[in-house]
Amino acid sequence: MNSVVATIFSANFLFSVIRLTTPILLAALAALITDRAGVMNIGLEGIMLCSALTGVVGSAATHNAFLGLMFAILTGVVLGLIMAYSALNLKADIILVGIAVNLMASGGTIFVLYSICGDKGNSTSLKSLTMPSVSLPLIKDIPVLGSILSGHNLLTYLAFLCVFLIWLLLYKTPLGLRIRVVGENPNAAESVGINVRKVQYIVLVISGILAAVGGAYMSMGYMDKFSRDMVAGRGFIALAAEALGTGTPAGIMGSSLIFGAADALATNLQVLDIPVQFVQMIPYALTIVGLIIYSVSRIRKEKKIGISK
Amino acid sequence: MADADNVLVMENITKVYPNGFVANKNVDFSVRKGEIHALVGENGAGKSTLMKILFGIESPDTGRILLNGQEVRINNPSSAIKYGIGMVHQHFMLAPSLTVAENMVMGIEPKNWFLFDFARALQMTKDIAEKYHFDIDPKAYVKDLSVGQKQKVEILKALLRGAQILILDEPTAVLTPQETGELFVQLKELKKQGHTIIFISHKLREIKEICDRITILRDGRSVGEANVEEMSEQDISDRMVGRNVVLNIQKTPAEPKETILSIRGLSAVNQFGKNVLNDVSFDVRKGEIFGIAGIEGNGQSELAEIITGLRPYSKGSVKIKNVEIQNLSIRKIRELKTSHVPEDRMTFGIAGDASIEENLISDRYYKKEYNRNGLQKAKKISRETDSDISEYLVKCDGREQPIRMLSGGNIQKVVVAREFSSGPELILVDQPTRGIDVGATEFVRKQIVKLRDGGSAVVLISADLNEVMELSDSLIVLYEGEIVAYFPDTKNLSEQEMGEYMLGVKRMPPDQIGDVIHAK
Amino acid sequence: MQNKRSYSSKTIESRFEVLRVATAIGISLLVALLLITFASKQPLNALKWFLAGPILTMRNFGNVLELFIPLTFGGLSIAVMFQCNQFNMAAEGSFFLGGLGAGIIAVGIKMPAGIHAAAAIAVGALFGVVLCVIPALMKVKWKANEVVSSLMLNYVALFFGNYVLQYMLFDPDAGYNASHIFPRSVRLPVIIPRTGVHAGIFLAIIMVVVTYLFLYRTKWGYAIRITGQNQNFAKYSGIGVGSTIILSQVAGGALAGIGGATQVLGMYTRFSWTTLPGYGWDGILISILANNNPKFIPLAAFFLAYLRVGADIMSRRSDVAPEVVSIIQAIIVVLIAGKMFLDTYKHKMIVKNSQEQVKEGSLT
Repeated sequence: MNSVVATIFSANFLFSVIRLTTPILLAALAALITDRAGVMNIGLEGIMLCSALTGVVGSAATHNAFLGLMFAILTGVVLGLIMAYSALNLKADIILVGIAVNLMASGGTIFVLYSICGDKGNSTSLKSLTMPSVSLPLIKDIPVLGSILSGHNLLTYLAFLCVFLIWLLLYKTPLGLRIRVVGENPNAAESVGINVRKVQYIVLVISGILAAVGGAYMSMGYMDKFSRDMVAGRGFIALAAEALGTGTPAGIMGSSLIFGAADALATNLQVLDIPVQFVQMIPYALTIVGLIIYSVSRIRKEKKIGISK
Repeated sequence: MADADNVLVMENITKVYPNGFVANKNVDFSVRKGEIHALVGENGAGKSTLMKILFGIESPDTGRILLNGQEVRINNPSSAIKYGIGMVHQHFMLAPSLTVAENMVMGIEPKNWFLFDFARALQMTKDIAEKYHFDIDPKAYVKDLSVGQKQKVEILKALLRGAQILILDEPTAVLTPQETGELFVQLKELKKQGHTIIFISHKLREIKEICDRITILRDGRSVGEANVEEMSEQDISDRMVGRNVVLNIQKTPAEPKETILSIRGLSAVNQFGKNVLNDVSFDVRKGEIFGIAGIEGNGQSELAEIITGLRPYSKGSVKIKNVEIQNLSIRKIRELKTSHVPEDRMTFGIAGDASIEENLISDRYYKKEYNRNGLQKAKKISRETDSDISEYLVKCDGREQPIRMLSGGNIQKVVVAREFSSGPELILVDQPTRGIDVGATEFVRKQIVKLRDGGSAVVLISADLNEVMELSDSLIVLYEGEIVAYFPDTKNLSEQEMGEYMLGVKRMPPDQIGDVIHAK
Repeated sequence: MQNKRSYSSKTIESRFEVLRVATAIGISLLVALLLITFASKQPLNALKWFLAGPILTMRNFGNVLELFIPLTFGGLSIAVMFQCNQFNMAAEGSFFLGGLGAGIIAVGIKMPAGIHAAAAIAVGALFGVVLCVIPALMKVKWKANEVVSSLMLNYVALFFGNYVLQYMLFDPDAGYNASHIFPRSVRLPVIIPRTGVHAGIFLAIIMVVVTYLFLYRTKWGYAIRITGQNQNFAKYSGIGVGSTIILSQVAGGALAGIGGATQVLGMYTRFSWTTLPGYGWDGILISILANNNPKFIPLAAFFLAYLRVGADIMSRRSDVAPEVVSIIQAIIVVLIAGKMFLDTYKHKMIVKNSQEQVKEGSLT
């Protein structure tokens, strides 16, 4: 037990928590803005997977990691647009569209991988590049804190920066105000001349970009190649993080960190003889409990005002 | 009266809807600058259509609109807003989780580079509120506001966007008396500052209090325009409520039997905490058509929902065949041989994509006589469906046809077929002939009389004065959630008298109303 | 009256639906063909194997039928839940748990032949019900969104299954991560020689009939469908909406559980699932293709099975990965679920038909 406690409070552990949180955080932020605008994007898993692949392919083709990242982001934009068209113009249910994206990605990435690399497992044959790690000057010299906060991948810092950027978008820009209105009362938005469809299109594209960066991180930061199913459900965990994140970017940062910690913990708790599967279950079971608590409290509030029976 | 005084003139407006319904016929409507102008008429008289045309939501078939003497084309709400017309809807267009300031500026957000300038939004809100002496906190969250304050935000929203002419659609329907008083103070202030207000309402007392002139619509036409002080509430009521057609509904006198529905002291509040029913008590007997008259929004819908189990209630008692229904499920209420033809047939009365047959059995599909060994008796159901279709003259392509393909009148016939064919002893029909063609209307009314002659009790709720007066054997009038009149015999009722009760001009003494209670 | 050229509105509707489905399939296949052409150095060869491979040999066709079985169950499960308008994704986890339950009974209890299999399948159904019912209860009691809760439950189910496999069923002599061998008494026999097609196919067909009857000929199915179409109407008519919603999830969970059990007992000799098998997600495509109607599910399941096996054969005989089918599936889902797809064409069809009806005097 002591060894576990020691492990948890070690700088190494906290470092890996931040590392593992990165993709979840990005996808969760993507989920947040689409939820706020009323077009919940559950295809994040698929977008992340596709972008992970295109980032790798792009960087190998151009011999430039940043260009590879651009490829990944472009993938996110395109998928976001396709989802928006399917849901807003063709009027397919946005949930089904998300499912379709996930379906398409899980098979499509293998298909593309195979035709490019001749390998269905991973992309090692491609000389793909990774995004650099950054040593933060000054901070890296702080004892303990330095080894936790410095040395992360550029995309990790970008992810946490996005918490601030999304907060800025939602609460400090006109678009953000419109996003919040459109999700809460689209009729109110229409009545003052706000183009609801345009706002929802924009939100889906932004969510595509965020998820794409998360996917690029997986294959160009966390690992240095693409391998099949590498996103491993993080796109779904992001949905859970969003559900628990109280609807604000800061809250989502918090819940994403919890899931990142649970992920890091899973490896460490094996030492304790707790079956790893139960530890793996923790984030998901946690979400369900959290959902129940949230729903019950909302019903209590409604009963107080006298809306429901 | 010089034309130059008219800030708005709507000339010769005619609007016919695709289903043939004539909403406005050659209506002339003019409003002077700086006045508060009442627009009154029963439901279906054409007020909402006229205002929808003014606000660009609908386009007229004939006629034109002049603003300050210039002819304008208003194609959509944005265009109307640009011309300085603002609309305050009955259902608020606000985002509850946002602040007042944010709701005020949405769509026209002040910017600081690319950032939303919240400070300026606050200032804009404060300024406009001060200008019109509205007491509102820009930083407050809309969800925490009272209904009256929410309405103030809506008005300010329109003013902020440059509205010179404000259309208020039934503004006091959701307000308490105090809030109404505050609103009137506000409106007088607006008037002082040169704004023009179109005040749509049924509340004659309020119109007398605050409005300068009044235009009365009836059956799609304008039947009068005058200064308010020259007309008494009675005059207005008489003009509003008139009948152009006297229906010829054949029925023998009623022979009411025992009481089947008994309501005592029923009160209910809506989600805003406003009283929608206040201490209502009455009895309905078998073998009579019991009408509930009144302008819509005076508690009839809530009453219907409570009697049929769709709405809970906490104060009072409702008994069907001496059984208290408060804790009964809807199915149990129906099993007391109660039926319900709902007001909103598309939302509650049918499942649009389902077949006619499937719609006809929704209240009885589970019963033993339709099932054998777990499976439904398909042949029996089909046979009964076909017989219902022919008995109720439903025009369709067969019982498998999706019901949404039928015309409104035929859909209503299916609803009626279902609700009537179960042999109810008590049936509640709410606006049974609204929006359907003449043939279907006649048919439905005949069926109602037939049911009554067979010994059932029919509770008829209708905003159609003709219908409720001719079809009912006896009736009550609801006004602001209370019974203000009871007529045990509708034979010699005049519509003028009815109108006065419906509009709150007159009120019967309690002991006369008490005659509606037959059971102990 | 000569040459009636107009049709009843119902005929127009059904014709249009068929047209929509056919067009969606057509477009998706076209896209796939294009992709294959780009990805392969010998596209014609690849296409030949893709489209004709499954019927070239008995074994290939057997593969189609083998895959047909779990796809049918997945489709049925989703169909029932979608008919009630519930987006419960836990069918995937229920399928998995169904296999687990069957595995537990297979390995853990001794029973006579036949009864053993029946018991295992029954337990599989039960496991499936338990999982699917949780999001349903959460929705009905606390209005909790079923999409997130069901997605999470799939993972809980997976890890639970992994735990049971590793700690309770594991056979160290197996050589891979698997349970002990299933005794003969519980396995489903192969019914077509030289293939893997097992008796589960009979169960699948039976369940298609049962599900169809349930949905369209019983009072419970009626309640489910009407609730799915208009909850307000259902409530007003006296139907208990909450209990109906739960019933639909129970039925869906049971079907998925039976599917998982049947798959494990028919295609394997040990329980070895360490990831979610994916038939729940496939079920969504199949149900959408079948318009959520059980009587079309076998056709849709066969169609998808054919495509998948064809792609598999293609991948073995050429240089194209079989996963191209996922892309086909995704396009079909989006186009069919897109209500506005071909909407203007439908409008034209209806208007033209009305005009014909007016000409014939059959429209008043």
